[in-house]
Amino acid sequence: MTRYRVAIEVVPRKGLLDPQGKAVADALHTLGFGGVASVHVGRHLVLEIDAADEDAARNDTTRMCAQLLANPVTEDFEIASVTRI
Amino acid sequence: MKFGVVTFPGSNGDYDSFRAPIEALGEQAVYLWHKDHDLQNVDVVILPGGFSYGDYLRAGAIARFSPIMREVVAHANRGGPVVGFCNGFQIACEAGLLPGALLRNASLKFVCAPVSLRVENAHTLFTSSYESGQLIRLPIAHGDGRYSADDQTLDALEANGQVVFRYAPTALEAAESYNPNGSMRDIAGIINERGNVLGMMPHPERAVDALLGPADGLPLFESILHRVTA
Repeated sequence: MTRYRVAIEVVPRKGLLDPQGKAVADALHTLGFGGVASVHVGRHLVLEIDAADEDAARNDTTRMCAQLLANPVTEDFEIASVTRI
Repeated sequence: MKFGVVTFPGSNGDYDSFRAPIEALGEQAVYLWHKDHDLQNVDVVILPGGFSYGDYLRAGAIARFSPIMREVVAHANRGGPVVGFCNGFQIACEAGLLPGALLRNASLKFVCAPVSLRVENAHTLFTSSYESGQLIRLPIAHGDGRYSADDQTLDALEANGQVVFRYAPTALEAAESYNPNGSMRDIAGIINERGNVLGMMPHPERAVDALLGPADGLPLFESILHRVTA
């Protein structure tokens, strides 16, 4: 078994109203960052998991996302990185 | 008949849900601890309001894994009635008992206020003591009540009569602000396809005593009593 640090991004599904993202975008516009076209606020999760290899770590993480870490109805997830530690 | 009210860590509507059947109907109620595996032969399970597990991750996401939920899901799969108010609705969605999800209010604000609702379907286990089209007032108190689902799911809910309560404009609300949280198609409460699981963001259990305001939640409990003991 090897220990991996896995980073996951969970974001609201595209097309769904994201009032939090919109509020942040409005605030950035107020600060003068007129170039901000959109903002989406999600969650960044960092897991340390033991797995046989990197593929197994990715597989486990995908199953965790599908079952708990992301809501399949409203959110999308992406494994941002898998690092051996 | 016997109501069972689940207490999760962070539930705060469990006492209201416990008290309503006893004081308004004269029926029995028991608390069901989230770590228990026994439904104590209750006829109806209530998933109460509150902030189970601090709403960590997503509202209702962790409560779904409480030991008692395995029994609640089995009860629902046997056709047993399950009602989720507010956080209970969120838990029922996360547990897969109901379709869709409840997201952050479009206003980003916690809303604690009475709202007007239209009873869309009075031919359910939970609403037979109302009339279809009847306008009622119930309190809401939530920050994550924006009902969301894909179009296909929403169309199916409407086609099957599963939309039970909708936020509705009345003389009391401005026409543009009657929907308090941005719910898709103004949906406030739905039932599953089989008709034995109801989830709703408003709180009928907090509106059963005329001394404290409109008692428009009482017919919901009466409906359950009539249908389950019939």
